[in-house]
Amino acid sequence: MIRRAFVLLLLLALGAIFLDLLLGFVPATELNETARYYAERSAADLGTANITTAIIVTYRGLDTLGEVTVLFLTAAIVGLVLSWGRRSAEGPQRQLLPTGELLTTGKNLLVPLILLLGVYVFVNGHLTPGGGFQGGAILASGILLMLLTDPMKRFSHGMISAVESFSGLVFVGLGLLGVALAGGFLDNRLLPIGTVGELFSAGVIPIIYSFIGLKVGAEFSSMLVNLSETEDS
Amino acid sequence: MSENITLALSLLLALTMIVAAVMAVRGKRSLPIAILAAGLVSLLTSVQFLLLAAPDVAMTEAAIGSGLTTFLFFFVLSRVRGGVDD
Repeated sequence: MIRRAFVLLLLLALGAIFLDLLLGFVPATELNETARYYAERSAADLGTANITTAIIVTYRGLDTLGEVTVLFLTAAIVGLVLSWGRRSAEGPQRQLLPTGELLTTGKNLLVPLILLLGVYVFVNGHLTPGGGFQGGAILASGILLMLLTDPMKRFSHGMISAVESFSGLVFVGLGLLGVALAGGFLDNRLLPIGTVGELFSAGVIPIIYSFIGLKVGAEFSSMLVNLSETEDS
Repeated sequence: MSENITLALSLLLALTMIVAAVMAVRGKRSLPIAILAAGLVSLLTSVQFLLLAAPDVAMTEAAIGSGLTTFLFFFVLSRVRGGVDD
């Protein structure tokens, strides 16, 4: 009873805080200084049609590097924890019921399309909404569909980690090249900016975002593959 | 006019989200339904982001929040199934 009253009190307090925020809310009539800089300059300076991408990959590129590192760490920890319960390759394997016709046919049709959509999303990250993180997650959901259809399917861990390490190295390498050849770390003006709105424009942003997409996709896939390979308890 | 429609839609979404969130938290009977309700909250959140003109965030939320996370929970659920209290 006391616990319930405490929870109720906590909820009321939270409600009071949010009500206070809501009553004090005044919609901004114009962009603040930083936002205005991004909105006015990103197309002219960096050549991206999608301002969000300009912020994520170039203006705040270091934060993205941190984000990718956190994701890498998470995938590594999941792999470490789950590797203790890994099913041995030679051991007796549980016989699974065959997957239904509907799921198998659907997988054969959908997986190439899902992978294509993922690649489209991160290659066009500087033009349309979306980018490396979204495209990578879409790639991983394609892998997930393959795992659902055939839980015994084995993906090569070596290949997944090779893709991931290579993408990470290219990301950092391009950033360092920016220090040497352009304006600073992760500056996109290594390559010509080109015309805003074309596929080959915005300097190295499409290249960096594609590798971020591959890296994120490989990280999510390694988590899913590790989970599906653990021993059933 | 269209602003009113957007406002009504987002209020409706918010109400549905609250109902789904309560289902997710209090779903003591069935864990799969709780997981699905949590996925529904994420999906509706991504629609809210879209209404707030943030398509990038909406895509992330739809792909990771409601897609991968829901399936991850189901994966884990099939591994820990056994006790009522776990």
